[in-house]
Amino acid sequence: MNIFQLFSDIENVDADASDKLSYYSRRYFLRKGTKAATAVALPVALASITQEAFAQSTEVQEVLNFALKLEYLEEDFYQRALSQATFDFGADRPVFEQIHKHEASHVKLLQTALGAAAAPKPALKYDAFPDVFSNYQTFLIVAQAFEDTGVRAYKGQAPKLYKLPELTTALQIHAVEARHAAEVRRLREGRVWVTKNESDGAPAAVYAGEENTVQKVDVRTLGPGFSDIVVTEAFDEPLTKEAVLAIVQPFGVV
Amino acid sequence: MSKLFPDASETGLRASLGRRTFLRFAGISSVSALTLATLACDDHRPAPLNGAVDLGAGDVGIMNLAYSQEQLEVAFYSQVVQTPYSGITPEELAFFTDLRDRERTHLELFKYLLGDKAIPMLTPNFSSVNFSSRESVLKTGHTFEDLGVAALNGAGRLVTDMELLALSGKIVSVEARHAALLRDLLHPKSPALGFAGDDIITTDTGLDRAFLPPQVVMMAQPFIQQKISAERLPKA
Repeated sequence: MNIFQLFSDIENVDADASDKLSYYSRRYFLRKGTKAATAVALPVALASITQEAFAQSTEVQEVLNFALKLEYLEEDFYQRALSQATFDFGADRPVFEQIHKHEASHVKLLQTALGAAAAPKPALKYDAFPDVFSNYQTFLIVAQAFEDTGVRAYKGQAPKLYKLPELTTALQIHAVEARHAAEVRRLREGRVWVTKNESDGAPAAVYAGEENTVQKVDVRTLGPGFSDIVVTEAFDEPLTKEAVLAIVQPFGVV
Repeated sequence: MSKLFPDASETGLRASLGRRTFLRFAGISSVSALTLATLACDDHRPAPLNGAVDLGAGDVGIMNLAYSQEQLEVAFYSQVVQTPYSGITPEELAFFTDLRDRERTHLELFKYLLGDKAIPMLTPNFSSVNFSSRESVLKTGHTFEDLGVAALNGAGRLVTDMELLALSGKIVSVEARHAALLRDLLHPKSPALGFAGDDIITTDTGLDRAFLPPQVVMMAQPFIQQKISAERLPKA
């Protein structure tokens, strides 16, 4: 295969493709010798993205820093709750210790991947939900909102990591956030799925657009019993970076 | 012999929409020319060796791999709902029904998008599953869901069509929700084996798994009667 010809062909049919391809085509050549990172069955972990930090494009750094900001917020949120001796998790404490462990790992992973380009942790605040660290139900609502927002945020960034090793890492984090979201929802005795755009106490913006039923085709038309509820629960929808930032800005994320 | 998805013939939407549908699916992508070229190559696909079901090449292969997983999940949950284990709670039965119905939408969407490039309905092999055992059913269920997550995570980088990438993202997090639910039913609130247990999420980096297609097929193969070939899928 002539890779130069391939890129040239793509650019011929898509005027914007040049921009889209500029970073990953360059990176393709930078990476040509690092086949080991893509070996079968090896989860792409710390090493594979850190060893390439030197080659990160500005576009990729923006995505990773956006992710890092959300992970800072989640890690900080759970840490504050877990460190309050008076806050009663009941039997759920091990769940939030596990979730916190993952968020702390994500922070470290992204910081390491970004190196000197890593955004600093902002001053975070929770006064939008004054009783979040004294009322367990409020805490659960905010936790659910953060996790479901995280799922939607990573999903929205995936196309920007097209064909890159960072895409695999981002998807691996994305799935962990989805597991967290499902578990927090169960602790609230809710459904593990997002039903239509029902926010169930969380800010409505967290679920805006989740009522979508069209995935190239209106999925409701593809089978008997494919109701609004079934179809919207079966597909999670992405959020743009701007929409996510609007949700987390009240917590001090900029 | 029972097919994976007994109700398929009732849905009315069949492969006749075929290639045109998939082309339309591919057509809006920013790299659609590349996709179309890949599809054109598929017209000359070799006959699968030894009667194996050939998943195909490129994005078609990736979609067929996902489609095979959805078939397996739908067949499994259908069986659980038809022959529930003794002592199943109404809540658990409702969960399995919900899981079946949500996986059905994934199955039907992939079938629609693949058109005449879809692999046939597969025949499951659940001989290793004890459907009268709650533990066996929950463990098998979360094994399928965990594998579905790892498969889409690993395939992400191999996908050429931007819209297929976006669609995979919408589905994979739902599979992760399913995995978490079944794991939590089996090991409630357990950091070791539960919703995002240490047995599946790396403890140092907090990452879910990502498998490339050959490993996905290897792990799914014991549950499928037909031999599956991922020979022509993208390798890396």
